[in-house]
Amino acid sequence: MKATQQLEQQLKRRSKAAKLEIWGRVVSFSALLLIVAVVVAIIGFVASKGIATFTSNHVNLWDFLTGKQWNPNITDANGKPEVGALPMIVGSFLITILSALVATPFAIGTAVFMNEISPNKGAKILQPVTELLVGIPSVVYGFIGLSVVVPVTRAIFGGSGFGILSGTCVLFVMILPTVTSMSADALKSVPRYYREASLALGATQWQTIYKVVLRAATPGLMTAVVFGMARAFGEALAVQMVIGNAALMPNSLVSPSSTLTSVLTTGIGNTVMGSLQNNALWSLALVLLLMSLVFNLIIRLIGRKGRLQ
Amino acid sequence: MTSKKQNQLAIGALYGIAGLVVLILLALLGYILVSGMPKLSWHFLTSPAKAFLSGGGVGIQLFNSFYLLILAMLISFPIALGAAIYLYEYAKDNWVTATIRTAIEILSSLPSVVVGLFGFLFFVVKLRLGFSILSGAFALTFFNLPLLTRSIEDSLRTISDVQREGGLALGLSRWETVTRVILPAAVPSILTGVILSAGRVFGEAAALIYTAGQSAPALNFADWNPFNISSPLNPMRPAETLAVHIWKINSEGIMPDAKAISSGSSAVLVLAILLFNFAARYLGKRLYKRLTSA
Repeated sequence: MKATQQLEQQLKRRSKAAKLEIWGRVVSFSALLLIVAVVVAIIGFVASKGIATFTSNHVNLWDFLTGKQWNPNITDANGKPEVGALPMIVGSFLITILSALVATPFAIGTAVFMNEISPNKGAKILQPVTELLVGIPSVVYGFIGLSVVVPVTRAIFGGSGFGILSGTCVLFVMILPTVTSMSADALKSVPRYYREASLALGATQWQTIYKVVLRAATPGLMTAVVFGMARAFGEALAVQMVIGNAALMPNSLVSPSSTLTSVLTTGIGNTVMGSLQNNALWSLALVLLLMSLVFNLIIRLIGRKGRLQ
Repeated sequence: MTSKKQNQLAIGALYGIAGLVVLILLALLGYILVSGMPKLSWHFLTSPAKAFLSGGGVGIQLFNSFYLLILAMLISFPIALGAAIYLYEYAKDNWVTATIRTAIEILSSLPSVVVGLFGFLFFVVKLRLGFSILSGAFALTFFNLPLLTRSIEDSLRTISDVQREGGLALGLSRWETVTRVILPAAVPSILTGVILSAGRVFGEAAALIYTAGQSAPALNFADWNPFNISSPLNPMRPAETLAVHIWKINSEGIMPDAKAISSGSSAVLVLAILLFNFAARYLGKRLYKRLTSA
């Protein structure tokens, strides 16, 4: 009797392998949970700090988003602090849209060249070069902007040379490799028989590219561009080094201005935690965070639409 | 215009665009290397920076960069590996997994300055770690985790399901299949991913300005006790990295040769990235040959 009970126990006991399996599952799942916790913590912390401007300093949200005066140290005639973030928001959007506008034709053109016209040269020269440039640190781009682009702008347009135009040039070169290699991936995923069918119908190579390949790859190309825009919007140091850092409404492309990221990098170290000046900066960080969520959403929407077709 | 003419014109234009892009990119690389190379010397790479005089080097910054890179990798690799294994080998295709994937995507799209600010708020201020290597390593970990997770998951995806079925058919548990069969086969591509992400971490500056700090106190390279304040291994000291150094001396540096130092440092950064790239390709191929019969 006792022997059979023992045997039963032995059989019902978890084997070493089963224990290991549970252990592995738990460990790998907790690693995943940790990442999710980090995301939640980042959003939670930044949001709670960013909202403080409106809850504890009683700044009107609308005034914050549309005010043109950024001077957190000074209170205006009504006794309210001057925290209008519009100059930075406009600066960020302007620089993002301009650099994407310039980079898109170059990036897509290069991607088409790599994939459709000369796959040989593309694989040998263009692909390694773009892949390498994706990895170049942004401060290096900023430094080159400072030592090459800014003097050139100064020589051509006068003024200090710092401003949105210089920032656009730097960001254009910076997002170019990213957008190019993502566009090339999008073109690569267009099935070969699309091209063959088009050529068999008597279309020229350009007609095939323009009317078939580019159309079929549109969702992927749009994702690439939006991705580049997200990168440009969130880029901090390279832009901060060439934009001039004056929190004014940009009235020309070559006058010093600022972006959300540039004000953040220069300001956060010079303010006291919990003060209005500091809270206002955190609100800018919150705007930045929300915008990156919006970019993320756009990319997902494009992806979903692309799948349906 | 006939369609043939149009075709020629368009293709000519595409040649022009591609040529221009190659020119821009090569000019960029060339400028960095040509302007920075003359500055590179043993003295420059090993001596400490000088605040007011010319002739300073980047020795401490270079060491800090590598130390931070290694720490950040040591923290982020196990987490990313675990997360990738769960995501690819265990996770069911349901809304929980979809949510988790969205969270990882969001983390990877966050601007690095936001990650840095969070690191400042949480590690530097809340946990009172101060501007330190440890705070910087955690910030870099957050910055690195989503990319590394995705690249490891992609590596796992390249291993064919036949291998998994083989392992399970031999009576191995799933976890054993992963650790004994799948991971060894995936090592080459995982390694490639790790080295490429190391390149990104090495050049990151925005996430470090307010976590690892912007100052590089003098180090005593004879003292390897991590608890001494001047020891290079002390994780609680502020540590300006090479990338932060470039930014710092360009925005507020007062040494007379700031520009030359930035050129030299940029060249070092780019050469390091080049090295990481080649190492990733070479080691990946080499390991693949050794570990498989292919």
